[in-house]
Amino acid sequence: MAAYLIRRLWQMIPTLAGVVLLVFVLFKFFGGDPAEILGGLNATPEQIDAIRQQLGLNEPWYVQLWIFVKSIVTFDWGKSWATNEAVSNLFATRLPATLTVMLPILILDVIVALPIAMWVAYRRGSLADRTIMVVTTVALSISFLVYIIVGQYLFGFQLGWFPVQGWSDSTLTNLTTYVPLPVMLAVMVGIAPQTRLYRTFFLDELGQDYVRTARAKGLTEGPVLFKHVLRNAMIPILTNVSLALPSVFVGSFLIEVFFSIPGLGREVLLAVNRSDYPVIQAVTVYLAALTMVINLATDVLFKLVDPRVVFK
Amino acid sequence: MSSVLVEQGGRPGAPVIERSEGVWHAAWRRFRADRVGLVSLAIVIAFLVLIVLAALGFTARDWQREVGVPNAPPTLLGPAPPEAAGVIEVPQGPNVDLSAVDPLAPRYKEWEERARQFKTEEIVKAETLPLGGDRLGRDVLSKAVKGTQISVFVGVLAAVVATLIGTVLGAFAGFIGGKVNDFLEWLYNVFEAIPGILLIFAFAAVFGRGIGTVVLILGLTGWTGLYRQVRSEFLKHAQREYVRSAEAIGASRWSRMFRHILPNVSHVILVRMSLLVVGFIKAEVILSYLGLGVPVDQVSWGTMLAEAQSELILGHWWQLVAATVFMAVFVTAFSLLTDALRDALDPKLRGLE
Repeated sequence: MAAYLIRRLWQMIPTLAGVVLLVFVLFKFFGGDPAEILGGLNATPEQIDAIRQQLGLNEPWYVQLWIFVKSIVTFDWGKSWATNEAVSNLFATRLPATLTVMLPILILDVIVALPIAMWVAYRRGSLADRTIMVVTTVALSISFLVYIIVGQYLFGFQLGWFPVQGWSDSTLTNLTTYVPLPVMLAVMVGIAPQTRLYRTFFLDELGQDYVRTARAKGLTEGPVLFKHVLRNAMIPILTNVSLALPSVFVGSFLIEVFFSIPGLGREVLLAVNRSDYPVIQAVTVYLAALTMVINLATDVLFKLVDPRVVFK
Repeated sequence: MSSVLVEQGGRPGAPVIERSEGVWHAAWRRFRADRVGLVSLAIVIAFLVLIVLAALGFTARDWQREVGVPNAPPTLLGPAPPEAAGVIEVPQGPNVDLSAVDPLAPRYKEWEERARQFKTEEIVKAETLPLGGDRLGRDVLSKAVKGTQISVFVGVLAAVVATLIGTVLGAFAGFIGGKVNDFLEWLYNVFEAIPGILLIFAFAAVFGRGIGTVVLILGLTGWTGLYRQVRSEFLKHAQREYVRSAEAIGASRWSRMFRHILPNVSHVILVRMSLLVVGFIKAEVILSYLGLGVPVDQVSWGTMLAEAQSELILGHWWQLVAATVFMAVFVTAFSLLTDALRDALDPKLRGLE
C-alpha cells in the first residue's frame, strides 16, 4: 500500500508540472499585458514600465516561470489586481461560503436520487420507468438558468418563502435562511442526471447472478435489494460522488452569482470579468492539485470498500 | 461472399455478388423502425432548415429593429393598458396662448414651413408582437430564431473542433503508441486535472468574448472524453487482421490509421459528437448569460435569458418562455435523436452517457 501511494504521488508530479506550464503559457502568451491591466486606462508609459519592472515582466521567460513556481509553492500569490486583497486571504474567506452551499447539495443529491433510481431500476420497462426517463430527458434540456430564474421568482419573490438573495456572517443563519432556496433548486436540477446515472448502476447490479441466486435461495425482495444490491451499487455511486468532489470547491458559480453568495465560484467569475490574473491562476493550479489528491484518495478508498480490488 | 450466376432478363450470365449489409445501411434500417427517432429527426431537420434560412437572411434579418413598443405583450394577450405617466395629472385642454410674451413667436411659422420640407418617416410602433417584444421593443420571435441560429451554430462548430482534436490525438496515441502515447496521455491528464469550468474560465479570461473564441474555448476544453474513446478503439483495431493485411500490402501508417481504421470507428465518434453538441449548446447558453460568450451585438439564447431575468420581475414573461421553449424543444429532440442513433448504430454503446 505504501509503495502504491508513493508511486502515485510520484506520478502526480509531471501532471502538476504540466498544469503549471499550461496556466503559465496561457496567461503569458495569450493573455493581455499585466502591466497595462494593472496600470489602468490613465497610466502613463513610465508608470507601466515601472509596474513591468516590479512584476518582473522584463526578465526572460524562464525566470518568470521560476517566479511563478515559487509563488505556487510558497502560497504567496501577492495581491489581487482588482481589490488589492491578498489572494490567500481570498481563499480563506470565500471557501467556507462555497462549502456551506455545495456540501448540502452534494449530500442531498445522493440521498434523493438514490431511492428514485433504485425504484425505477427495479421496475424497469414499466410505465413509471419510461415516464420518468422521458421527464428527465425533457428536464435536462431546459437550461439550469431557467430553473434558477423561475425558482427565484416563484419562491423568493411571489411566494416569499425564502429571501431572494443574501448572506450573513453566522453559519447557522446561513443554513436556515439563505441556503435552502439555492440548495433546493440545485437538487431539483441535479436529480435528473443523477437518477439516470444511478439507474444504470442499479440495472447493472440487478442483472448479476448473485441476485438470481439470492432470490432462488428464498430471500424476499427487501433483503435482496437493501442488503445485497444496494451495497454493491454503492461502489460506483461513491466513485461518482468523489469524482464530483473537486467541483464542489469551485462551487456552482451560477448559484453564487444569482444568490449573491460570496463564494469561490463567484470570485473566479469576477476575476475573469476584471482580468484579475493572479486569482484565476491561483485557483486553477490549486484546484488541479486538489483534484489529483482527491482522485488518489478515491482509489485508496476503493480498496477499502471493495476487497476484490488489486492495485497494480 | 459467393458469386452466383443468375439469369437476369436481358443479361444472361452476369454474376451477382451477394454483399453483406454495411454498418450504415443496417443502422438506417434499424433507425427507420424507431418512431421516436424519426420524429426527433424530423424536428431537428426542421430546426436546421430554420437555421439555414436565418443564416442566409431570409428570416429574422431585422431582429435588431425596434418594431414594437417596449415590452410589447404577445398578440394573444392584447395590448398593454396605457400606464399613468406620473402622479400629477396632465392637463388636457389646449395650451395657453403665450405669443404676446414669447420672443420666438414671430419665427414659428417660418420654422414650420422649413420643417415641412424634410421627409420624415412615421414609424408606428406595434402594440403587440407575435411572441411579444423585449425591453427595447425588438421582436422576440425574430430574436429567438436568430438566437437558435447562433447557439446551435456555436454548439455544432465547437463539437466539430473538439471531435477533430480528440480523434486525431486519439488515433495517434492508440495506433502509434510508445513515446507519442506517453506524451498524449500526459497532455490528457493535465487537461483532466483542471475542473472543466475553471478551464473554460481561464481560457475566457485570456481570449475574451466573441463567437470564434467561444468555439475555440469549448473545443479546446472538451476533447478529452472523445480522445479516451478513440484511443481505446484504435488500440483495439490496431491488432485486427485487416490492419495487419493492410500493412502487409504496404499501406502507410497514415493510410492505415485514417483510411482503414477510422471508417470502422466513425459510428462511435458520431455518437460521441452528438453528445458533445448538446453539452456545448448548454455551455454556450451559460457563457452568453455570464457575458463571456457572444459579443454584445449578437443574440443567443443565453443573452435572451439574461434579459429575461430582469423583465420577469416586471411581469414580462414572454422572452423567458420563448427562449426556453425553443431551447427545450431542440435539445430534447437532439438528445432523443442521439439515443436513437446510438441504438441503431450499435446497441452495445448504451451506457456512454
